[in-house]
Amino acid sequence: MLAPVYHVLPFTAIERERALPIDGNVLAKMGQKVNATDTIAEASWAREHKLVDVARALGVSASQADRLLRVKVGDEVNQGSELAVGSGIMPRSVQAPCDGRVVVSGGGQVLIAAGDASLELKAGLGGTVIQIIPNRGAVIRTVGALIQGRWGNGRIQSGSMVSLSETPDEVITASSLDVSLRGSILLGGFIRDADTLRVAEEVSLRGLILSSISPALLSTAMQMPFPIISIEGFGQIPMNSAASRLLFSSVKREVSINAENFDRYTGKRPEIIIPLQVTQEPPLPPDIDTLAPGQTVWIRRPPHAGAVGTLMHLKSGLTTLPSGIRARAAEVRLESGEQILVPLVNLEIVG
Amino acid sequence: MPISLLEDSSLLAINVGASTTRAALFDVVEGEYRFLAQGQAPSTAEAPFKDVSLGVRQAIANLQAISGRILLDADQQLIKPTQLDGSGVDALAVTLSAGPTLRAVVVGLLSDVSLESARKLAETAYLQVVETFGLNDHRKADEQLNALLRARPDVILLAGGTDGGATRSIRKMIESIGLACYLTPPEKRPAVLFAGNQSLTDEIKSSLEKWTASLHISPNIRPSLETEDLTPAARELAQVFVDVRKRQMPGLAELAAWSGGHILPTAYAEGRIIRFLSQMSGSSRGILGVDIGATAAVVAAAFGSKLTLGVYPELGVGENLPALLRYCRIEDIVRWMHLDISPSVVRDYLYQCSLFPGTLPATQEERVIAQAVSRQALYLAVQAVKRNFPRTVRPLQPDLLPVFEPILAAGGVVGDAPISGQSLLLLLDAIQPVGVTSIILDQNNLLPLLGVAAEFNPLLPVHILESGAFMSLGTVVSVVGQAPYGFPILRAHLKYTDGNEAQVEVKFGGLEALPLAPGQTARLTLRPLHRADIGNGPGRNATVQVTGGAIGVVFDARGRPLELPSDPVRRRELLKKWNWFVGG
Repeated sequence: MLAPVYHVLPFTAIERERALPIDGNVLAKMGQKVNATDTIAEASWAREHKLVDVARALGVSASQADRLLRVKVGDEVNQGSELAVGSGIMPRSVQAPCDGRVVVSGGGQVLIAAGDASLELKAGLGGTVIQIIPNRGAVIRTVGALIQGRWGNGRIQSGSMVSLSETPDEVITASSLDVSLRGSILLGGFIRDADTLRVAEEVSLRGLILSSISPALLSTAMQMPFPIISIEGFGQIPMNSAASRLLFSSVKREVSINAENFDRYTGKRPEIIIPLQVTQEPPLPPDIDTLAPGQTVWIRRPPHAGAVGTLMHLKSGLTTLPSGIRARAAEVRLESGEQILVPLVNLEIVG
Repeated sequence: MPISLLEDSSLLAINVGASTTRAALFDVVEGEYRFLAQGQAPSTAEAPFKDVSLGVRQAIANLQAISGRILLDADQQLIKPTQLDGSGVDALAVTLSAGPTLRAVVVGLLSDVSLESARKLAETAYLQVVETFGLNDHRKADEQLNALLRARPDVILLAGGTDGGATRSIRKMIESIGLACYLTPPEKRPAVLFAGNQSLTDEIKSSLEKWTASLHISPNIRPSLETEDLTPAARELAQVFVDVRKRQMPGLAELAAWSGGHILPTAYAEGRIIRFLSQMSGSSRGILGVDIGATAAVVAAAFGSKLTLGVYPELGVGENLPALLRYCRIEDIVRWMHLDISPSVVRDYLYQCSLFPGTLPATQEERVIAQAVSRQALYLAVQAVKRNFPRTVRPLQPDLLPVFEPILAAGGVVGDAPISGQSLLLLLDAIQPVGVTSIILDQNNLLPLLGVAAEFNPLLPVHILESGAFMSLGTVVSVVGQAPYGFPILRAHLKYTDGNEAQVEVKFGGLEALPLAPGQTARLTLRPLHRADIGNGPGRNATVQVTGGAIGVVFDARGRPLELPSDPVRRRELLKKWNWFVGG
C-alpha cells in the first residue's frame, strides 16, 4: 500500500516552491542566495472599492453621465479630484471620495479601487533560487537537515536553536524564560498556558519548537509574532525519537523555521531546516513510498501516537485491532522492543 | 438513455471519498444484477499524492485481487468494454466527495422566500455558505461588492424573483456579481448558478458568462411565491460541483474520460437513490438515508418524489472535526460515552484526527470517542435537516421525526463498528426514530454507487437492493410516550412463521429485544400503555409484519426525545447498560 513519507532527515536536498496566491512582482533572481526571511515576491491589491454614482449625483441619465466623465479606466485619482463635471453656467462636479485608481466606468458609475493591501512572500528557507515562477514566486533549493511538523502558526524566522533541557518531554513555563533567550529559537516539549507564550513574546524569542500543543492555546499561538511549530500535532503527544534526536543534536546551530499552516491539498506543512555546507548534492527525498518490512514508520494514532518503530510484517487480509475494528494492519516493533499491531492507514514512512 | 442489460451488462462504480476510495463491481448473474465485489484503498486527492486516479487504480487493483477479474491493462488503463476473455468492464460511473468544502455566496431577494430556498439549495451540496445578500441587506452597493470579493466564493447561487415577477433588484445584484467577477483574477473566478426569474436568463448570460468560471442556468427554485422546486437546480448544482472539482483536482479529468462524464457528487447520488426507493415503495411513510463521512454528514429524506437532502460539511468527521465545536459543546459529545474520558482528551482527539481523517481508532477508548463524535455529528445533522422537510409531512410531535420505513445508514464509524449492535445503538441515539422501522446498514457504502448506476440502468439498483447486499440490523419499535421510569409502557407479542411465539413487556427507560434472524419474517402485535404512541396514534394497538436482522426486533422505550441523566456517573452506568444490551 502507498503511504506518505514523513521527512525527518539529517542530510537531504530540499526544494520548495514558494508562490504568491495572486499575480505580483517577483523580486528574487535566478541563482540568487536567499535567507528564510528574505522577501522574494510581493503583491498588492485594493483594500476596498468605492462606487460613485455619477449619473445620480449630476441628475442626468447614465449615458449622459458617461459623456461627462473626466476620468477613464486606469487613471489614478486623489480624494476630491473631479470625476465628472456637469454642464450649464454653474456646473456641478462629482469628486473622488478617496485616493485610488479607476477600475471600471460606465453606466453612469465609476468604481475606484482604494487603499493598498500588500503581501510579502518570504523565502521560507535559506538556499538558492533555482527557478523563477513568473509573476508568482520562485523555487528554492538547499541542502541540510529537514524535520517536518504537523502544525504551525504561519510565521517564518531563523536563528540559533537553544534548549532548556536535554529531552523533549519537559514543560516550558513562564518562569523558565528570561532575556538570555532573546533572539533564540527555543526547542522544548510542551506549554501548559497562554501566559508562557506571552512571556516568550516579551523576551523576544525568535521561534518555538514544541512536541505538541494544546488546542486551547491555538488562538494565542496564532497571535505570536514568532513562529511556533508543533512536531506531533495536538494534545500531549511526546516528540518522536527521530525528530528529537536530530533536533537535540543540533542545539546551538542556526536553523530556519517555516511554521506554515498545514494544507492537506497543497502539501505545505511546517518545517525546520538546518542548512549544511556540502560538496556533494544528496538526492531529493520521495514524498510517497510503498509500505514494506524493514522501513522506519511513524504512528499517527494512540496508543502509540508519535512513536517511531520498524515495520516488521504486513499482515495479509483483515486483522482485528484492539478496538475491535477489522482493517489491514502491520506488525511494528517499537524502539522499546515491544511489537504492536497498527492499521496500515495509521502509518507514515519516516525518511 | 437507459441501456439494456443485454447491451451493457457490467458496471464498475467508483466512490472517491475524502479518506477512502472504493471500487465496486456489478454484473449480471443468472439474469439479474449482482454486487460481486469491492476493492478499496486510501484516497489520494490530498498531498503528497495530489492525484485521485492513484487511489482509484489502487482500489481497482485490490478489486481485481478479490474478484479475480482483470480490469486494468498493462498500462494501468481501464479495459472497456468487457473483452472476450472476461476481462474489463462495460461501463464506469463515479461518485465524488473528496476535496475541500466549496465556499458559496447565496444571493436572493426576500429572506423567507428566494433566500430561504437558495439556502436549502446550498445544503444539497458540499458547500459552506460564507456570505448572503438579499433585499434586507442594507449595505451600500460598494460595501456589498467588497464583501463579495472578501468572501472569495467558489460558487455563487443566485436566486430571486418569481417567473415573470421582479427584475429590478436582481439586475442590481447581477451587476454587483459581474463587477466582483471582473475584479477577480480569472483563475479564481467563481462558478455561478442562476435559479431565479427565468425572464432574466438571456440578460444573465450576456452579463456574466464571460466573467465567471462557468455559468449555469436552472429552472427557478421559486417559480411562484407558494411553490418551491429545488430538484432541477440541485441537479445543476451537482454539475457545478463536479466542474469546480475538475479544475481543482488532478486525476479527475481522467476519471471523467473513463466514465464518459458520469460523475456525480456522492451526496447527490445518495439523495437520488433514496428518492428512487421512496417512489418505488409507494408507501406514505418516508425513507431516510444517513451517511456520516469524513467530508460531510449527509441526511436524505424522501417522501415519494419529494427529497430533502442535507449535506453538512461542518459535521463531517474528517478534516472539519474541530468545527463541530462551533455547533455543540464538548460536553454534548462526552455525554454519549460510557467510558470516563475527560473533555480535554476529546478536544485533543478532534484536532488530532482532523490532521489524519483516514486513520482508524486502534484502541477501545479511541473507538468510543469516535462513536460519540459520530453520534453527535449525526444527531445535529438530523436536527438540521428536519427544518427542511415538506410542510405536508407531520411528525408524531413537533420536536420529533416523522415515521420512516426503512432507515438506511452508512459511514465509516457506523460500518466499521466491531459489533452490529454498536452500529444500531449509535443510529438509535443519533437519529431517534419513532414508530416501527427497519434499520439497514450499507456496510459497503453502495447507496451512492446505486444512485449513479441508475443513470445507466434503472434495473441495477432494484436488483442490488433485493439481493441482500445490505445488512439488516433489525426492526426497531420506538415508543413515544411518558411513564414513570421502569413502568411498563408497551407489550409486544411476536408470532414466528413456524408457529412459535415470544412476548415481552417493555418498561419505560429501557431497551428490549426479541430474536428474529435476518431474512425471517414474523407477525408483531404491539399494545402500548399509558397512551404511548408507536406510530399509529396515542394508545393505539398495531399488528405488523416485521423482518429480522442482526439484533432481531428491538424495542426502544428510552423516550423521545432521548434525555440522558445529567449526573455523569449515572449516565455512564446507563450507557454501559445499553451498550451491554446490544452486545458491546
